[in-house]
Amino acid sequence: MFKYIWLVPLLPLIGAAINGLFGRKLRFSERLIGGIAVGSVALAFLISVAAVYSYGFGGHPEWPKPYLTSQDGFSFNWIPGGAVSVNPRAEAAESPRFALLNIEWSYQLDPLSSIFMLIVTGVGLCIFVFATGYMHGETGFYRFFAYMGLFMFAMLVLVMGSNFLMMFVGWEGVGLCSYLLIGYYFDRQEAANASRKAFITNRVGDFGFALAIFGIIATFGSAQYVDVFNQAKSFPIELLGHWGILSWIALGLFIGACGKSAQLPLHVWLPDAMAGPTPVSALIHAATMVTAGLYMVTRTNVIFQHSQTMLLVVALVGAATAIFAATIGITQNDIKKVLAYSTVSQLGFMFMACGVGAFVIGIFHVMTHAFFKALMFLGAGSVIHGMHHEQDMRRMGGLKKYMPYTYWTFMAGWLAICGIIPFSGFWSKDEILWNAASTTHIPLGWIVWLVGTIAATCTAFYMTRLMAMTFWGRERFLEAPAGGEADEAHASAYDKGLAPHDAVAPSAGDRPRHEPGEHVGPVHEDATHHVASDGHGDHHGAHTPHESPASMWVPLAVLAVLATLGGLVGIGPAFRSLTGTEHPGGRVNIVNWLNPIIWNPATREFNAPEGAHEAAVPAETAHGETAAPPVAEGGAEGAAEAGHGSATAVYGDTGFNLAHAVENTTHSELATEWIFILISLVVAGIGMLLGALFYVWRPALAGIWSQRLRPLYIASYNKYWVDEFYGMAVTRRTMDLARAVFRFDSGLVDGIVNGLAWLSRQFSRIVGAVDKYFVDGLVNTVAAFIMRLMSPLFRAAQTGFTQNYALVMVLGLMIAVAVFFGRDILAVFQR
Amino acid sequence: MKNAAANPDLSKFLVIGALLFIIGVAGVLTRRNIIVIFMSIELILNAANLNFIAFSRYLSTTGSANALAGQIFTVFVIVVAAAEAAIGLGIVIALYRNKETIWVDEIDLLKW
Repeated sequence: MFKYIWLVPLLPLIGAAINGLFGRKLRFSERLIGGIAVGSVALAFLISVAAVYSYGFGGHPEWPKPYLTSQDGFSFNWIPGGAVSVNPRAEAAESPRFALLNIEWSYQLDPLSSIFMLIVTGVGLCIFVFATGYMHGETGFYRFFAYMGLFMFAMLVLVMGSNFLMMFVGWEGVGLCSYLLIGYYFDRQEAANASRKAFITNRVGDFGFALAIFGIIATFGSAQYVDVFNQAKSFPIELLGHWGILSWIALGLFIGACGKSAQLPLHVWLPDAMAGPTPVSALIHAATMVTAGLYMVTRTNVIFQHSQTMLLVVALVGAATAIFAATIGITQNDIKKVLAYSTVSQLGFMFMACGVGAFVIGIFHVMTHAFFKALMFLGAGSVIHGMHHEQDMRRMGGLKKYMPYTYWTFMAGWLAICGIIPFSGFWSKDEILWNAASTTHIPLGWIVWLVGTIAATCTAFYMTRLMAMTFWGRERFLEAPAGGEADEAHASAYDKGLAPHDAVAPSAGDRPRHEPGEHVGPVHEDATHHVASDGHGDHHGAHTPHESPASMWVPLAVLAVLATLGGLVGIGPAFRSLTGTEHPGGRVNIVNWLNPIIWNPATREFNAPEGAHEAAVPAETAHGETAAPPVAEGGAEGAAEAGHGSATAVYGDTGFNLAHAVENTTHSELATEWIFILISLVVAGIGMLLGALFYVWRPALAGIWSQRLRPLYIASYNKYWVDEFYGMAVTRRTMDLARAVFRFDSGLVDGIVNGLAWLSRQFSRIVGAVDKYFVDGLVNTVAAFIMRLMSPLFRAAQTGFTQNYALVMVLGLMIAVAVFFGRDILAVFQR
Repeated sequence: MKNAAANPDLSKFLVIGALLFIIGVAGVLTRRNIIVIFMSIELILNAANLNFIAFSRYLSTTGSANALAGQIFTVFVIVVAAAEAAIGLGIVIALYRNKETIWVDEIDLLKW
């Protein structure tokens, strides 16, 4: 069955093509468009499930070797390249000076891509179903689903491609679709600005990614994953302070990941991207596109693990992003903005995991985050829909009795993100923090742990705040005028009466071909009587929020189940007393499943499946440090934990290790692990309690403390002025440069061109003068001379005297006779 | 051989015709008076007539059937000469009315 994985990206593409090309022309009904879109994704999902099952669980000998579709011929030679010169410093014996570069278009099914296939198609399916309900009534319905289908295609190419160039194609494709979908309401200024910002910021990252791909091709002579990683594993490890070619490549890759996954300093696009429709935010900016950076980092974990400096960079950037975004999320009032900053923060967590060497846990968090964040975004969409496009939490409250399905499913997401056992977020977040504390890949693991813990507290706090402001407490929408502001900027403008409603104002959505006065845009009854209003005016009044239709709450329920139970595939070793093994579930356990693609720096090979201890293999020691037996440290931690134990000898002395310090006091590894679990539960509880305190039991406290900590509040509310800084330092300086270059161009370059034109004109004038005076003068002189010479002669013949003319005639006659008869006449005389 | 005096040679007649022709041409080319030029032109025409008659007489003695053609042609030429003289004199009258002179060297309108 897995022979047919090439159908998985193709089906959404076909659906998108049909919807895009024919949706408007043939006037497809919403049901047809939605049916094509959802059907194509559902089919892709089913094929993915069947393929992954037969690959991993069908007893097929392929697992865990990657399966490439080119093995069965379902591929084509995409770029038949030529010879490429390979990095002469490459130490692998089998790497030649020149390699033939042929890029093929083939899909790869291996543990990592299978997880992403399932996430993308599965969560995508829920979101597509939700979107059919949410986008009901839009004139651009077909366009939305065309772009979403195109996005699915690009994302699947990204995760299923077998080489870096296919990943790049998918990378760019999802960036494009993000641009198209954020700017779906293309007639709204902030949506247009946001989509441009997203694309350009992404592009900055893509620059690094492209350079990294060049480096990979130059170093390894191929772009196929199997070739590159087989060669890379024999390269020497570059410890902290040693910066080699693999560090450069990892740097470029990580810059790309920062752009795509919204890490500091390229995170600025994600909050603005909330101007797009909510299903877009759920799919692209929570579950799939932003996780592409994680996919890339985990796919290239061989390269990253060769560069200790880059691992440290990744971990620190991830930690910084996590705390940075979490502190901003505390003060935001737009429900989608809170979720956006939460996404940035959680992505920081995932990069923290990768940076400390726990790539598997990073992917595990990608999976659980996809579940609960998509759930919460869709829940927010349901709330927004039910509140008639109100997004400001200050005007919500007490929605739990109006929207019960939304409420209960959202609660599952809330508990998951806060990290409460047994919800999914707990398992992954706890593992991240544990691995940060116990890492031997990089120094300063304890700082990463500390920052992560604080960020987790903030996460619990602001998510509880969101729940409280939205679903509990007083029903504020009855008293304050409900607007429809797409973001905070407009909220304040609306408050001051400077700007009309934005989200409710009809957006053309599609190229409008409507009669003047005809309503264009989502058909909500309450929206129609705002078309006529003068914009300053009226508020919605006390419209009762309503629960969303089944097409919207059923996906919420599915995702809620996943958010609750999805973490059980990653039950960690701390629970081995309950489950009996390190990672229960055999191949279903995510650690066992993903291990084969993680490279073990101690054994210098990829991990064997099923977490078998590879301790018996004393591989070559890493470059530049003392040889030590690479026996798994503290035996119980198997190679399954990304070779942490055996990595001790590999990466040298990484300084203070928190987990070891705690273990030295308690003398029991199990106790150590449980201490960390309890700490993370306690901080989550503290965050939740504080949130409840500030927003449920003593609402006045929120106002009091924001006054007391006014500078911090202002800084957080204004997002630490990062956008303003970029505007000043980058955008305006670039415009200045452009203006200077323009002045140079119009002054110097155009001056030269115009000057040459002037020179040509002068030259032509000289030539004209020469022609007029010299040449024509010559001609005239010669003609006059001849005339003066010959004229009298010819004139002399014209006497006007008729008898002269007659004389000439007679003479001519005589000559003629002489010529014709001369001989005969002479003959007469000679006789 | 017949009487040389009664039947002179053809060449004698042709010579007389030639002489008359030359006198006529000389008159056309050298005389100032336009009427005299006309008379010279008549002389030329009549010299040609003499040629015709001479040949007509000598063709009849040799027995050719077209001997009379010469004489008939002569009549044509006389008619044409008369017509031409009439027209010519008409031109002279018109020329005299314009230029008031009969001396041809005073009519030099074609001079440069």
